[in-house]
Amino acid sequence: MSIDKFVTIKTSCVPLAIENVDTDQIIPARFLKATERKGFGDNLFRDWRYDAANNPIASFPLNNPKYSGKILAGGKNFGSGSSREHAAWAIYDHGFKVVVSSFFADIFKNNALNNGLLPVQVSEKFLQELFIEIEKNPKVEIEVNLEKQIIQITSTGTKETFDINPYKKECMLKGYDDIDYLLNIKDKIEAYEKKVNN
Amino acid sequence: MGKTLFDKVWDAHVVEEIPGGPHVLYIDKHLVHEVTSPVAFLGLDNRGIKTFRPQNTVATPDHNIPTINQDQPIKDKLSRMQVDKLTENTTRHGITLYGLNHPYQGVVHVIGPELGITQPGMTIVCGDSHTATHGAFGSVAFGIGTSEVEMVLATQCIMQPKPKKMLIRVNGKLGNGVTSKDLILYIISKISASGGTGYFIEYAGDAFTSLSMEGRMTVCNMSIECGARGGLIAPDETTFNYLKGKEFAPKGEEWNKKLTYWKTLYSDKDATFDKVLTFDAADIEPQITYGTNPGMGMGITQKVPVQDDITYKKALDYMKVQAGKSILDTPVDYVFVGSCTNGRIEDLRQFTEAVKGKKKAENVTVWIVPGSKQVEKQAIAEGLDKVLQSAGIALRQPGCSACLAMNDDKVPEGKLAVATSNRNFEGRQGPGSRTMLASPLTAAAVAIAGKIVDPRNFI
Ligand code: SF4
Repeated sequence: MSIDKFVTIKTSCVPLAIENVDTDQIIPARFLKATERKGFGDNLFRDWRYDAANNPIASFPLNNPKYSGKILAGGKNFGSGSSREHAAWAIYDHGFKVVVSSFFADIFKNNALNNGLLPVQVSEKFLQELFIEIEKNPKVEIEVNLEKQIIQITSTGTKETFDINPYKKECMLKGYDDIDYLLNIKDKIEAYEKKVNN
Repeated sequence: MGKTLFDKVWDAHVVEEIPGGPHVLYIDKHLVHEVTSPVAFLGLDNRGIKTFRPQNTVATPDHNIPTINQDQPIKDKLSRMQVDKLTENTTRHGITLYGLNHPYQGVVHVIGPELGITQPGMTIVCGDSHTATHGAFGSVAFGIGTSEVEMVLATQCIMQPKPKKMLIRVNGKLGNGVTSKDLILYIISKISASGGTGYFIEYAGDAFTSLSMEGRMTVCNMSIECGARGGLIAPDETTFNYLKGKEFAPKGEEWNKKLTYWKTLYSDKDATFDKVLTFDAADIEPQITYGTNPGMGMGITQKVPVQDDITYKKALDYMKVQAGKSILDTPVDYVFVGSCTNGRIEDLRQFTEAVKGKKKAENVTVWIVPGSKQVEKQAIAEGLDKVLQSAGIALRQPGCSACLAMNDDKVPEGKLAVATSNRNFEGRQGPGSRTMLASPLTAAAVAIAGKIVDPRNFI
């Protein structure tokens, strides 16, 4: 298995201007019962998207037809809480390739990267501008170029560079995952075991 | 230059440093539960590979299981399938499983320590963010995602950038009615739900060293709730005494050898941290959360802070609490004592002692859930179940229970629960449920009063 290669995208963006979006909101625990990695996108933000009678809640951005695109933008401290990788799966499965926030929780960030979902950390200023631009024009295009590590709001030209670990960047661009790497250094791992057991 | 405790343990486990990239970190113990593992096993099957070191992994079901009638098949079909899948996967991969009804079964972070699987100086991971619990023994323990579970099964290693180091020092003595849970809730309320992100925390100072191992586990368990990957406390006599004689703790000559090593596990005097925070134990009163993340907590007699911020107001609306007002005397519908934070024997003792000779309030449903089979057995041996019974409270069977709404124990929509668990996120205990986090002692006072009260007036 490997992850999908990340190619530069130019797309509109779904805004979720809420801080501390935790993994229990991204995918509530009762939907973690699957034993295969399938269909999590349907339950993404389940309790914010649907009411108790399963009717879509119109005010929630994901249900609002004016918003679309492969980028999800969330407020500060996105993905806090549990280590459930299902959160990254659900976002990816729903069709997002990038999550933008001014701050990500650690485990969520790792999980996203391990699944081909690019977490782009921007300044609070950039994020607020992004939310404002989307409010003005929900179809505004955002370009995310991983090669150059640049995110840009096309209409205004506002751009920012973002950080990514060089190794992880390489993995995302080439579609490699860590497990391939680890399986290739088994001899080193065995040598380490010998050393510590002596 | 000296090394911190964290450096000592981490550095000893680095197999390789990738230039400009993460470290390949060797994992000593891998704990597995039914929710985050099935897709990892599937990954191994798809690659046609076996578990590399099955003897280093231990599994138990905890999230999905009911906490009554455990001798009967699990009613919920999906839950049953996930638990069955764990049995099937671990059997096929030669991994030790403490299944339902096994005397060692329990919440994964409760059984590791009580069986002596968790030891100082180890690297420990689990597909579960509260793996941080095990840091109480001076181990580097943290939660991982399912892709990483697969890596550990396949290679006993994961790839991680080395986190930064934070020291949190709390000096002084905790006041009457103030517990380890209040200590950690206080810290999180001070540094916020994201204040620890990117860090591994070492807790030092006599407020921590005077705690029992149970108390230290409660503290380390909630490190993740301020965003830190984990937290740890240097092992000392309390740690060694706790471990001695435990089922899987080293014995005889091996014990002496390990003990010599464990005694080297502390932060050197000249070691440096990326961030140092200091608090005073005397400033801490019993804590309670009023919002929808664990950072939204305060002293129980305080007034809910006023903040002009949409996310903040949304949280207060959800919780039906008012900025600028006290939450004392708010009627409570449910009390939950349990979870990997406060489901150990000391917690059950504390709760039981406080309700002894009293009756629970009519308006409250109380769930007391031991963290493991062994905790349950011990509680019964000490007669805690009888005392609880006279207070109108039943002792349930071990599991994650109402900590997360994945099994039958769910708090109904709109109802308010005071819980000793670790998360008060929207809907964490059931869709539409409201949660206030507190200590077992506060939970006991609330169970008797039927409303939010200061536990210091009850003891
Ligand atoms: S008790 Fe709660 S926090 Fe702990 S492992 Fe179970 S679900 Fe997770």
